[in-house]
Amino acid sequence: MEKFTTHTGIGVPLRRSNVDTDQIIPAVYLKRVTRTGFEDALFAAWRGDESFVLNQPAYQAGSVLVAGPDFGTGSSREHAVWALKDYGFKVVIASRFADIFRGNSGKQGLLAAIVEQSDIELLWKALEAEPGKELTVSLEDRTVSCGDITVQFEIDDYVRWRLMEGLDDIGLSLQHEEDITAFEAKREAWRPKTLPEKTEPKQEIVAARPVK
Amino acid sequence: MGTTLAEKLWESHLVRKGTDGAPDLIYIDLHMCHEVTSAQAFEGLRIAGRTVRRPDLTIATEDHNTPTLDIDQPIADETSRIQIQTLRDNAKEFGVRIHSLGDADQGVVHVVGPQLGLTMPGMTVVCGDSHTSTHGAFGALAFGIGTSEVEHVLATQTLPLAPFKTMAINVDGDLPEGTTAKDIILAVITKIGTGGGQGYVLEYRGAAIRALSQEARMTVCNMSIEAGARAGLIAPDETTFEYVKGRPHAPEGADWDAAVADWKQLVTDEDATFDAEVNLNAADLEPFITWGTNPGQGAPLSASVPDPEDFADADQREAAANALKYMGLTPGTPFREVAIDTVFLGSCTNGRIEDLRAAADIIAGREKAPNTRFLVVPGSARVRLQAEAEGLDKVFLDFGAEWRNAGCSMCLGMNPDQLAPQERSASTSNRNFEGRQGKGGRTHLVSPLVAAATAVRGTLSSPADLEPAAALA
Ligand code: SF4
Repeated sequence: MEKFTTHTGIGVPLRRSNVDTDQIIPAVYLKRVTRTGFEDALFAAWRGDESFVLNQPAYQAGSVLVAGPDFGTGSSREHAVWALKDYGFKVVIASRFADIFRGNSGKQGLLAAIVEQSDIELLWKALEAEPGKELTVSLEDRTVSCGDITVQFEIDDYVRWRLMEGLDDIGLSLQHEEDITAFEAKREAWRPKTLPEKTEPKQEIVAARPVK
Repeated sequence: MGTTLAEKLWESHLVRKGTDGAPDLIYIDLHMCHEVTSAQAFEGLRIAGRTVRRPDLTIATEDHNTPTLDIDQPIADETSRIQIQTLRDNAKEFGVRIHSLGDADQGVVHVVGPQLGLTMPGMTVVCGDSHTSTHGAFGALAFGIGTSEVEHVLATQTLPLAPFKTMAINVDGDLPEGTTAKDIILAVITKIGTGGGQGYVLEYRGAAIRALSQEARMTVCNMSIEAGARAGLIAPDETTFEYVKGRPHAPEGADWDAAVADWKQLVTDEDATFDAEVNLNAADLEPFITWGTNPGQGAPLSASVPDPEDFADADQREAAANALKYMGLTPGTPFREVAIDTVFLGSCTNGRIEDLRAAADIIAGREKAPNTRFLVVPGSARVRLQAEAEGLDKVFLDFGAEWRNAGCSMCLGMNPDQLAPQERSASTSNRNFEGRQGKGGRTHLVSPLVAAATAVRGTLSSPADLEPAAALA
């Protein structure tokens, strides 16, 4: 995971509340076996609508989503975060997030910044007045600035630390690599290993016989 | 004060105690993968440029999507084919051993681990599958994990985990004739409910549990998750050691002695306390079935379809009414009169050799009910070979059953083995959720004995309902 200190990118005003994970990525996309390449699935139901914000050329290269309250509710699918990241979003700003979505974001390096709804309104106005305008998000100062507007955001201390250090869950555990290696050194030799393969003698298996 | 078995297993796998509210880091001894929940985990590794830390503690098999007929043909369903091919490619790329369709050790992941002797007492076992609790029957801490945790274990061989609570399930007395481990666990779930075990690791104890074979213990632990529990386990004993001994991965010679000495320590101390306890007398049990759409909606087979009005609790009343509507059952109908279209014998709950033997014993020399289909799906290819060596396939085929190849099959209907809408099954699997075995399908969970007797009579039945074998020509 990349370290996150500040990010500057085009802001996308999404004037909708209660954007649930089914809207972020519909269930039909969950059959895939990949964890990247979900950019086409992001907001799939809305992408057919010409007036949808991401269909407007000025916003298409957006990387900071400014959404209405209660973003990410519904099913716990991790795909919602993958789709946002695959599209190119680095930050989602809203006044309230669903807990699981916020948890998944933190784990995967997408910054979910909590900003007062009145400040969201300010940002929306600024972004709409000048489509394609950039925002700067400083995780260090916990601020979002857009032109001469600067607003504060909230984020859990622990998640902030992880993002700034660029540590996902795996990275965190690997910080204790020495402990893991030491533990492995103490494991009894008789504990089973899958390799090299040990099985009973190979036996031939034929397709099931036809059923009468 | 003493500690419980589950706590001992936790302590002995502690890589690092969590500080400042961070979770403990627990070492994982065995990680099993199947095609449905591993693809994105492997891809996550690839994206981050990581490797599998311990391929030698990892194993993969194909089970959820595999067809049970024509296994030498390409898989017809595209999603299934892609998932399986992806697992094969990932196993190859990351150096993970895989048992593919056509291999004697292909089969339901929870049948394969124990049969290879990879599941042993005192281990931590994980898999991206909720029924990983099956392996707890060996005195192991075994639980299901999500896809991001699968990636975590692949990369680090550890998991950051928050501690759990412990619950003792004491089952004393002797199981009456015609009842099995399946009836014990269905009765437990009906008693504590599908949420009763939430946050707990269950330890099954008492004389009735000790009297069970190792395979029967797996049946009990398998369904711990259906009570909402994180895991379920049983302290290992001679029965367990006997089962493990001589299997391909079992320790040998001095290693075996060292292992057994270690395993004998794996008991809950006399003075340990559990956070909760539940008591059951096996002598009171009868063959048990479910009538609803969750595994907690169960009753003795001798009873009748319940009347939702008889439930005191409003939520339960509503749940029962909804379930009966879905199941197409009328209150007051004796269960023994409920006609069954399909009997499914298989799954990680009851697809092992003992289950097949028990069912074959009942149907031998009898005739299948004409309107009932009987699908027999061994839990693994080796179980199938073993059954064929014993001539069980002949017993099933002579009876009129379909003898299939190994896999999850109709347990969840990801392959072509599905119920049609409104079709009713008696199934030895573990979940009776709406649509689990096929859209609109209706599932009654039963033991292998009830499954076999039901295939004979065509309505839900126990072996006691059949004419004595002596009366058969
Ligand atoms: S047999 Fe059923 S419960 Fe067991 S692993 Fe397969 S799908 Fe899951």
